Amino acid sequence: MDDFKAFHEPQNLPESRGTNRRALLKCGLWAGGGVLWTISGGIPRSVGLGWGDAARADALGFSFVQVSDSHIGFDKAANPNATGTFRQAIQRVKELPVRPSFMIHTGDVSHLSKPDQFDTAEQIMKEAGLDAYYVPGEHDVLGDDGRAFFERFSKNTSGWYSFDQGGVHFVALVNVLAFKAGGFGHLGGEQLAWLDSDLKGRPSSTPIVIFTHIPLWMVYEDWGWGTDDAAQAMSYLKRFGSVTVLNGHIHQVIQKVEGTISFHTAYSTAYPQPAPGTAPNPGPLKVEPARLKSLLGIANVNLVPSNQRLAITDTPLDA
Amino acid sequence: MPYPKRAGFTCPQVGLLAAAFVGLFLSAGLAQADMSHDMEMPASKYENVQVASAPDEVMIDNFSFSPISLTVAPGTKVTWTNHDDVPHTVVSSDDPHAFKSPPLDTDDSFSIVFSKPGVYKYFCSVHPMMVGTVVVRGQ
Repeated sequence: MDDFKAFHEPQNLPESRGTNRRALLKCGLWAGGGVLWTISGGIPRSVGLGWGDAARADALGFSFVQVSDSHIGFDKAANPNATGTFRQAIQRVKELPVRPSFMIHTGDVSHLSKPDQFDTAEQIMKEAGLDAYYVPGEHDVLGDDGRAFFERFSKNTSGWYSFDQGGVHFVALVNVLAFKAGGFGHLGGEQLAWLDSDLKGRPSSTPIVIFTHIPLWMVYEDWGWGTDDAAQAMSYLKRFGSVTVLNGHIHQVIQKVEGTISFHTAYSTAYPQPAPGTAPNPGPLKVEPARLKSLLGIANVNLVPSNQRLAITDTPLDA
Repeated sequence: MPYPKRAGFTCPQVGLLAAAFVGLFLSAGLAQADMSHDMEMPASKYENVQVASAPDEVMIDNFSFSPISLTVAPGTKVTWTNHDDVPHTVVSSDDPHAFKSPPLDTDDSFSIVFSKPGVYKYFCSVHPMMVGTVVVRGQ
């Protein structure tokens, strides 16, 4: 495992990270249900995930899990038990045949930024026994511009931060503050300047993983599903050979590729939302109870060390 | 979240947070406490309001403010009520925000009294595509 104890030079990293990480690093593959997206040369292609694919496991390096939009506190018709489905998602993480190195939560941890909702989410996350990295969603920064969230989930950072693991450079960005009327997600000049300097000097061969809440491309303008100054961030990322952008916010899996940059939005663990433009508004999608768990889920991301590919597997809770 | 004294309104009220807000506003010399909270009111009230479209009420429904522009006389208390199953807010569009509601969960209400004539643009800070206007016209 020594190949993967590359946790070095954390930048602006949340407190209490990193000390026990090496012990958690394992090699291997998780082959669950769903679709495996491989990213090679910037072009993702899907391959079926049958037993035959398990042979590919040996080639894979380390993995991490993305959970998103747990909305702890949501109790409306679309899912009266968002806490229960979040716990189920974490149970899925615990059952992975290969233990992931860590988890990321891409925001809307809570539904209403309430302390008890943050508490519940944090306790359930801890059940996985993994380090976790967080970025806030707009539901996590209500009323206090995120102070309680940052104090709990990304202490001693500016909210945004970066770290390295397994040769991959991870960057957490915050795009849910300073919303303007009629506007979109927003990174802001200070964060963009930080990102520019954070990436400077890194070899273009370094695989980059960006994670944030709102998509960094314009998924659907009418519903505000985009980030107004994301193009500036992308301009810093263009020179890198492998960039993966992971986000939440829209409660469904959508992918897009621009050059060497792959964008990937995750399932929610709480409730699905309609596909862009298929409903009068982006409110919670009510489906038959039996179908709900096919629309909630987690994402597992594997690094293939030989060619620096990232393979993302989205798995619904009922898989 | 202190409220600027220059704004032409006098009092936000939301039952869930009323206690904290009352303290804040009394100390700022701005408050008249009104502990009303629409969760305690009969559902039929909403139906009546929606049909009658009361002149001082804004419905939040289907991710929009209705009416999108409301005109009232100075001194009118305007009340927003959220009928969606996700939270919304009512936040002044100017910077710094002249007024800002707490998150309004389903059936929560928020009121402010507009004392000075003017055009008050606002939006939902959770879903910034949602915008509305209150026009306060002198008599």
